[in-house]
Amino acid sequence: MKVTMAVNDQEATSEVEPRLLLVHFLRDVLGLTGTHWGCDTSNCGACVVWLDGIPVKSCTTLAAMADGHAVRTVEDLDAGGSLDPVQEGFMQEHGLQCGFCTPGVMMTARWLLDRVPDPDEATIREAISGNLCRCTGYENIVRAIRWAAEHGRTEEMTA
Amino acid sequence: MQVPASFEYERATSVDHALALLERHGPEARLLAGGHSLLPMMKLRLARPETLIDINDLTDLDYIRLDGGHIAIGAMTRHAALLDSALLQEHYPIFADAERVIADPIVRNRGTLGGSLCQADPSEDLSAVGAALRAQAVIRSSGATETVDLRSFHRGPYETAVGDAQMLVEVRVPIRPGAGSAYEKVDRRAGDWAIAAAGAFVQLDGDVVSDVGIGLTAVGAPHFTSEEAESLLRGQPATPEHFAAAAATCRHACNPQSDQRGPVDYKRHLVGVLVERALTRAARRARGETA
Repeated sequence: MKVTMAVNDQEATSEVEPRLLLVHFLRDVLGLTGTHWGCDTSNCGACVVWLDGIPVKSCTTLAAMADGHAVRTVEDLDAGGSLDPVQEGFMQEHGLQCGFCTPGVMMTARWLLDRVPDPDEATIREAISGNLCRCTGYENIVRAIRWAAEHGRTEEMTA
Repeated sequence: MQVPASFEYERATSVDHALALLERHGPEARLLAGGHSLLPMMKLRLARPETLIDINDLTDLDYIRLDGGHIAIGAMTRHAALLDSALLQEHYPIFADAERVIADPIVRNRGTLGGSLCQADPSEDLSAVGAALRAQAVIRSSGATETVDLRSFHRGPYETAVGDAQMLVEVRVPIRPGAGSAYEKVDRRAGDWAIAAAGAFVQLDGDVVSDVGIGLTAVGAPHFTSEEAESLLRGQPATPEHFAAAAATCRHACNPQSDQRGPVDYKRHLVGVLVERALTRAARRARGETA
């Protein structure tokens, strides 16, 4: 079947099998390997992307389900030419070690901050509870998101 | 790499269209809602439908609203919406209690009420919520609409009252003025399936339990409840002793299996503890106390 979707505001069209998962469409068909393919069981959150402005696990979404919809991936976070405050925060606070979970966490964090610009620690931890970091780096991840909250530019993100 | 076996993909544009597609593709077709139960099952080849009918465009089934003496919830309502609903929070905080411990926020953005119920996993949380509240399921086919008590919605593990070419479109919960409700769950880690869980509503007339509903999941309770425990408590004073007696009845009514989540004795013990807690918290809420 043919699918067409807006990926990071650019139209992407391809002939795919209906069983192709969105994560593989993004990585293998479009070459957007920023989105990571992790547990395959919708637990780890490395594959989180936005579908119509809402974070979803792209290993548990068919590319076909995104046909006609808008997808946003981690590659779009610095679309304005400068790093998103979330990315900057991960640098400043050493929010990543191996980096595998990072794209998913950042997409979740951006979504959180768009809705709750000044979240407390408990709110952050709840928000990222669907993103697993196996380097046990949550302390720094939480600090990174707090950094982004404190240094965030006020902008209208696509919702 | 976990990938489902091949299937044909269709996208429904309305409930009638979805029903027509189900009729056309026959019993090996499945509706695809959020996909967070069905797609993992398909990756593991535990489910192998020939056709998936995507119903995510049916946004007219995404609602939580007052409907006479009921709260009507559309089958495509996402878990996140159930968690955030002020209407549900006002009448039945049991929903938020349960939703807070279902999977994680990202999964809850996608998974739906209808999908969870129709998956009919014997450990599913909303089945216990629905059983506790004596909710009803509205099932549509192209020619008819029928209403089924949620307690008889499950016909067995992964089997429901929804037949071929039918779909669950709505869940209805009767409003009970002054009722309090609560959900208690123990899991191995945040967001996991329950080892055991219990939900309850309690309606008080002064200090007497005028009506009560109990829901149990993951512990093999027939119809996700114990009507015996409910009968025992109805008309009795809302005291710890009577809650404990009802909990003891639930402990005997369930039939848990020993598995990697724990042995039978432990699960039975949990049932007693969780029913007592759920009743206590529900009664507190009925009295208007913060709980």
